[in-house]
Amino acid sequence: MVTQAILIPLLPLISFTMIIFFGKKLGTKSALIAIAASVGSCLLSASVVLPVILNHGTALHASLTWLMINGKPIEFGILVDPLSSVMLFVVTFVGSLIVIYSVGYMHNDPRFSRFFAYLSLFLFSMLGLVLSSTLVQMYFFWELVGLCSYFLIGFWFEKYEAAQAGRKAFITNRIGDVGFFLGIALFFYTTGTIRFIDITPEFMHPYANTAVLTFATILLFCGAIGKSAQVPLHVWLPDAMEGPTPVSALIHAATMVVAGVFMVARLWPVLETFPNASQTIAVVGTTTAFLGAFFAITQFDIKKVLAYSTISQLGFMITALGVGGMGAGTFHLMTHAFFKALLFLGAGSIIHGTGTQDMREMGGLRKAMPNTFWPLCIATIAIAGVPPLSGFWSKDEILTSAYLGNHRVIFWILMITAMMTSFYMFRLLFLTFAGKTRGHIHAHESPAVMTLPLAVLAIGSVLIGLPGSPFMGHWFQHFLEPHAAVHMDTFVMIMSVASATIGFIIAFICYFVKTDLPQHLAGQFWMFYDASRNKLWFDEIYNSTFIHAFKWISRISFRFDSNVIDRTVNEIGRKTVLTSRIKRWIDQYIVDGLVNFVGFSAQVSSGLLRMIQTGFVQNYLLFMVVGLLVMLLVAVK
Amino acid sequence: MHIPIDHILVFTSILFLIGLYGALSRRNAVGILISIEIMLNAVNVNFIAFSRSFASSPESGQIFVMFAIVLAAATAAVGLAIVLNIYRNQKTIYTDEIHLLKW
Repeated sequence: MVTQAILIPLLPLISFTMIIFFGKKLGTKSALIAIAASVGSCLLSASVVLPVILNHGTALHASLTWLMINGKPIEFGILVDPLSSVMLFVVTFVGSLIVIYSVGYMHNDPRFSRFFAYLSLFLFSMLGLVLSSTLVQMYFFWELVGLCSYFLIGFWFEKYEAAQAGRKAFITNRIGDVGFFLGIALFFYTTGTIRFIDITPEFMHPYANTAVLTFATILLFCGAIGKSAQVPLHVWLPDAMEGPTPVSALIHAATMVVAGVFMVARLWPVLETFPNASQTIAVVGTTTAFLGAFFAITQFDIKKVLAYSTISQLGFMITALGVGGMGAGTFHLMTHAFFKALLFLGAGSIIHGTGTQDMREMGGLRKAMPNTFWPLCIATIAIAGVPPLSGFWSKDEILTSAYLGNHRVIFWILMITAMMTSFYMFRLLFLTFAGKTRGHIHAHESPAVMTLPLAVLAIGSVLIGLPGSPFMGHWFQHFLEPHAAVHMDTFVMIMSVASATIGFIIAFICYFVKTDLPQHLAGQFWMFYDASRNKLWFDEIYNSTFIHAFKWISRISFRFDSNVIDRTVNEIGRKTVLTSRIKRWIDQYIVDGLVNFVGFSAQVSSGLLRMIQTGFVQNYLLFMVVGLLVMLLVAVK
Repeated sequence: MHIPIDHILVFTSILFLIGLYGALSRRNAVGILISIEIMLNAVNVNFIAFSRSFASSPESGQIFVMFAIVLAAATAAVGLAIVLNIYRNQKTIYTDEIHLLKW
């Protein structure tokens, strides 16, 4: 079992290694490797998850001690419990479909094989994150998925906007991650553990109302704010749409962005212990849900609409966790992964078929792209919250949690957001598929390799809500939280259906019956329109405050660098040159002179002496005789 | 007739100096060899003279001289062989033209 669980993330890693090293030789075959790896992990996860389901949520846990701090272990390992089972299922299943879809979407791309290498690396990181047994390990993989996201957003880095968007995503995430890391450190320092299986309600109970841990929880949540694109760090997600559409579907809709939600759900006992922290989380989530929907209403770029929709839905999930609906939030995470991946892949199919992302140029695509239209239609109904499709059950669950938890303000804001959701999604559907084509585009249907995953996801979007619905006795929620009670509220259900219907009707009137009405309304309520169109000027505000201030600080640092540090270094250099010159003179004239003199004197003396060596035999004889005579004379004396 | 030893010594000295002069001044290598033979003979005569005047048995000196002559002949043969070889290589036996060992 443990071996299989370890193999789940390893398969994509092997695929990544193979493709990144042999991608040029493999060519289009690299896609096959990536598909094989992802489908393989999908089957393996099934074999790991099934026993967990059959054993009613008994967790599979194995770990190794990596190092000890103050006698407390930092561990690495795997943990397969109900929560990670859900994530395993979502990541491997949706991931495999998207990898298959990418074959059609990315064909003819010059970096075809590298794309699949990155996808595999991402799947590895994401599965590692899901299977993490400790906070530190999760943080490692958390950073890895961020890195993959950066690679894939900037995949077409020749495009200036794509390169910029990748950087923006990376840096924005880093802000949240700093909080996350500090949170981990503070949590470890206070409680002495980072193992998920240790963090139980009973374990957290003694720490209730500790201010330090409340702060630590909020810091941990900062990570989720960054990764799950919550206000105020949501600005990177719309820009991330510069990446290829399968990436948007996989990373920025279905899997990576929900890592934040997953992390908060993992720390569920902590949230239960600190009502202040969960209150904060609920407020952030609700704000995000509302603002995301508000911005989505006026966007014309099809992917931007979906991006803001994702932000809004992530807000829903976070709110659910904040108001005490852990099962509801996770349930929405799963259903959202299906219908949002489907929406993105459908949008990708439209972009592939028409060559544009601007909905103002589209329209009337129903005839040209029927295989794209029907799945998209189902996804829209699902996200809008029409029963009995998946989105209805999960969203209803969240609304019920808010309603029954006596969070009235949050409940009504979410209700309005749900209405807006229905409106902007049907707006998207009408603008692209209904009426007549507005731009000069020649739409064609996408190949089967792209439409087939759409069909599978469409079936999933319809059915995936059922395990959490009353028809199956809220099996899903009981699986996640065996002891928690699941409530139903008829009032909430009726309101939910009503808001979805109202949203649909408004969209129907505005974009199908009287198509000149939206412009009229935009002129009438220009204040709201401008605010939504310009996304409440978040980017502009950040630009003129944080980024401006940061640039200012950088400029000062630069000046300090060039005027003080560089000058000091240069001065030292100049002094060194001067002393070296003196030393050179000494070397040249004194040391070298001495050596040369010794050599020279030897040369001169030997030059004189060698004159004796005349080479004439008789000279030598003469010398001998003279020498003998001299010696005799000396001896006689 | 008894020749006093002084006379003999004067004679041998003259003979030796003649030999020495020849060895130092001849250009011809064979001439130098001949001069060395002359010096050798001067020494031989000295030997016999001293032996006759002072030795208890005068024969011992004469025997010594015999050995010296034989050895001189041998060395002369070697010397001539060297000269012959020099001539083969240098095409001359004039010592002032043979100065390979010069600086």
